[in-house]
Amino acid sequence: MRLSKFDFHAPKTISEAIELLQSKGPDARLMAGGTDLLMKMKHGAVKPPCLISLKSVPGLNAIRFDESAGLTIGATALLSEVAEHPDILRHYPTVAQAARATANVQVRNMGTVVGNLCNASPAADNPPIHMAMRAVVLIEGPGGKRELPLDEFFRGPGVTALLPAEIVTGLRVPRMPVNAGTAYHSLSARGKLDCNAVGAAVMLTLKGKICEDVRLFISACGPTPLRGRKAEEMVRGKELTEEIAAKAGAEAAEESLPITDLRASADYRTEMVAVLTRRVLKEACQMALTSQPA
Amino acid sequence: MTQKHEPGECRCSRGLTRRGFLSTVGAGVAVASAAGKLAAQPAASQGADVLPSAEMTPITLNINGRTHRLLVEPRWSLLFVLRERLGLTGTKVGCERGECGACTVLMDDLPRYACMTLAVEAQGSEITTLEGLMRGEELGGVQQAFVEEDAFQCGYCTPGQIMAVEGLLRAHPEPSQEEIQMGLSGNLCRCGAYVHIFKAAGRAAQLKRGQ
Ligand SMILES: Cc1cc2nc3c(=O)[nH]c(=O)nc-3n(C[C@H](O)[C@H](O)[C@H](O)COP(=O)(O)OP(=O)(O)OC[C@H]3O[C@@H](n4cnc5c(N)ncnc54)[C@H](O)[C@@H]3O)c2cc1C
Ligand code: FES
Ligand code: FES
Repeated sequence: MRLSKFDFHAPKTISEAIELLQSKGPDARLMAGGTDLLMKMKHGAVKPPCLISLKSVPGLNAIRFDESAGLTIGATALLSEVAEHPDILRHYPTVAQAARATANVQVRNMGTVVGNLCNASPAADNPPIHMAMRAVVLIEGPGGKRELPLDEFFRGPGVTALLPAEIVTGLRVPRMPVNAGTAYHSLSARGKLDCNAVGAAVMLTLKGKICEDVRLFISACGPTPLRGRKAEEMVRGKELTEEIAAKAGAEAAEESLPITDLRASADYRTEMVAVLTRRVLKEACQMALTSQPA
Repeated sequence: MTQKHEPGECRCSRGLTRRGFLSTVGAGVAVASAAGKLAAQPAASQGADVLPSAEMTPITLNINGRTHRLLVEPRWSLLFVLRERLGLTGTKVGCERGECGACTVLMDDLPRYACMTLAVEAQGSEITTLEGLMRGEELGGVQQAFVEEDAFQCGYCTPGQIMAVEGLLRAHPEPSQEEIQMGLSGNLCRCGAYVHIFKAAGRAAQLKRGQ
């Protein structure tokens, strides 16, 4: 199975990559790990005349953690590196878990977290938890640098808020607030190995037993990962009892917009949104409780 | 299954033999200019220059401890180059779209799919293929374990399974059952020999520890 012909560029700096994107026009494609892009090219879905690999840009694969600034994941940091990074395992366990839940060993050794976001599949594993944790996309383009909250980044299946010739250089994830907990669960046809049939991620912050703040995101049930606002309202300002968790699950199912496709039927998805929402809320609450000083 | 090789000799059937090289390039002039470019290029970097789609580009690959220089199109996968240009047919062609694991090789000790890796991007990495696990005439530990545990039926997925286990054991010399299953999650076996494959992975870990 041959790929269609393309010119291959391996720029050494981001500005070179931006210039290339400008001069080569909209059909040129950026490539990180290529696990999504090369697959689409093999299927003949896209035939870019020019590929611009980001892998030769030094330092773009860095993962940095800073007590105050939080976590920065560079554009070419591998899924496997994020899944195993000691600081991420310690301070962002659910971020590591989502990276580990993506694909399989080989794909995690090739693909990137940022590529997973830029591909903008509504079923992708990494967006929901990063959205819940208020991650910010770091962007560089012809107009300079800008930052965008990840929950404003997705515009539709395969469509992002990136302007022409813009590049995502990394992702910044703020530190988890004190007394906060996070959780992510997904279901898919092949165990945890393929894209989700449905997924849910949450970050919630407690004051005593009361849930002060909550951010819930559902994946694979709409054109982009969706925020479960009504479910959040059900939880905010209350103690997370079984009953409240169940009601929040029902609200999230109500809010989701699933379709039937080869991964699952719309009915199944709707039911599972309720189940997963309940599960992630309880799990995050548990994490927040155990992190509180006694 | 094996042949004896002199150190430094290219073991591939269609590697950098004079005939293979010339037939790949087609013209002596191109060989000369390619050789010039090769010399100017540090092995580990690809340079920012464009590699045009229509031209053959000289690259250097480090495979099983040996350096191979050859000309490739940017769109050629590492899988294609290993099999069709270097004659290293231990790496198998399955789905060619990153689903089955038949093409698994190690790049800097990490298992990856050769079908989804561009050959031009494999420069600078130490690539290990099934052939590289042989110790002279003898089978490597993982290969030996697959034989002992009868870990195959048709055998088509076996090279990929072996490379995935090799990669797993390089990172985790004493893997748990769960780590073995996760480590092999990118390799399908249509014959369903999984139970034996998982056993072989455990046995390989023992053999590698000299037990
Ligand atoms: C067998 C298999 C199983 C998979 N399973 C899963 C799974 O379980 N869950 C899941 O979520 N995904 C899965 N995937 C999809 C894929 O592996 C992931 O989405 C991966 O993280 C993509 O990263 P990449 O670096 O390979 O992206 P690439 O293919 O390099 O890029 C993806 C897209 O993003 C663009 N892009 C990349 N980097 C940038 C950047 N810095 N700035 C702007 N645009 C950019 C590219 O132009 C391209 O359009 C699977 C893929 C395979 C082959
Ligand atoms: S041939 Fe590469 S994964 Fe199937
Ligand atoms: S032994 Fe036949 S595919 Fe695995």
